[in-house]
Amino acid sequence: MDKYLIVIICGIVAGFLARWIMLRSDYRHYPTHPHGQLVHLAIGFIAASLGAVAVPAIMKPDFVAVTFLVLAAQQFRDVRNMERENLSKLEETKLIRRGTDYIEGIARVFEARNYLVILTALITSLVVHRWGWPYAFVTGPLCIFLSTRLMSGKQLGDVVDVVPGRVHFQGSLLMVEDVVIMNVALPQIKEKILKEGMGVIIKPKNDDARLTLDAPGQRQAIIHDVVSILGSKVDTAEPDLMPLARKQLDKGYLGLFIVANEPDLDYLMEIIRKVPVLESARGTALKSFYGRKAAD
Amino acid sequence: MDTGLKEVILAVVTWNPAKVSGGWCPVFIAQDQKEMEKISLLLARILGGMVHDLENDVFIIVKH
Repeated sequence: MDKYLIVIICGIVAGFLARWIMLRSDYRHYPTHPHGQLVHLAIGFIAASLGAVAVPAIMKPDFVAVTFLVLAAQQFRDVRNMERENLSKLEETKLIRRGTDYIEGIARVFEARNYLVILTALITSLVVHRWGWPYAFVTGPLCIFLSTRLMSGKQLGDVVDVVPGRVHFQGSLLMVEDVVIMNVALPQIKEKILKEGMGVIIKPKNDDARLTLDAPGQRQAIIHDVVSILGSKVDTAEPDLMPLARKQLDKGYLGLFIVANEPDLDYLMEIIRKVPVLESARGTALKSFYGRKAAD
Repeated sequence: MDTGLKEVILAVVTWNPAKVSGGWCPVFIAQDQKEMEKISLLLARILGGMVHDLENDVFIIVKH
């Protein structure tokens, strides 16, 4: 029994640490609230326990217990639903929304992280059972390193170039370089936009990136990340200064316009480069035969 | 639940009435450019909409 105890404890500790580190590695710092974090740590602990007891259960051998473990693992599908519902509810009262694509992406990540925790705990406890507890100090950190490294998705900066764009008016049309953003009528709003507005051009590096930028969900994610850090001067009854991203129809790049509380163009561009490429929006044209042919 | 009219013209403001006719939305007639801007600003704030310029002395207010 003592031997199994060490196996289980090593597995649980490795799994729990994995969940903890993955919670902090999230640069958006979501969930920001201590209670939200506690929920995920608790679920992570349960996941780690599941992974850790699997090896002793098989070795015993107690196949009924193993079957129950598999059943219990199914429960983690609910984590995705929980996150999705939670974020969608909050969305209704937001001035600048995340968009359903972004929410779906976040929810999927939270579900996947629990499976990574189970895997980490399982592998660690297996190694401890086979070779003894000192090996937990090698396997645990290695698993944690792999799960943080492998699961960090692409960032927008990998697939696009972000350059400053000039904000100006052509008649009543607000433009960032040659991208039409919106129609503005009132002179005082125009003046404010010219004084405080920032514009950037987001240029895709290839056809895949162009398709990614085409997705409205991806644009909404860019705007949400920018606004959640730099702020914006939109209010419920004053939509005139709404940050917007529009496409240059012929050339496929985006023009992004924002009136931020912190008008710092360099950081604006840096934030855009750090926006995650959403899984649901990622373009894959160049992976297909005709896509590559058409791109010539 | 929050309901409201979106993506439709909520009001038209002009100082050149000959340019607008009919329709179901109210048309506000101003004396000059300045009054037109003022009326449309107030209307936009009240309706929570945006003022758009048709560049023919007609402003429209639309909620997005």
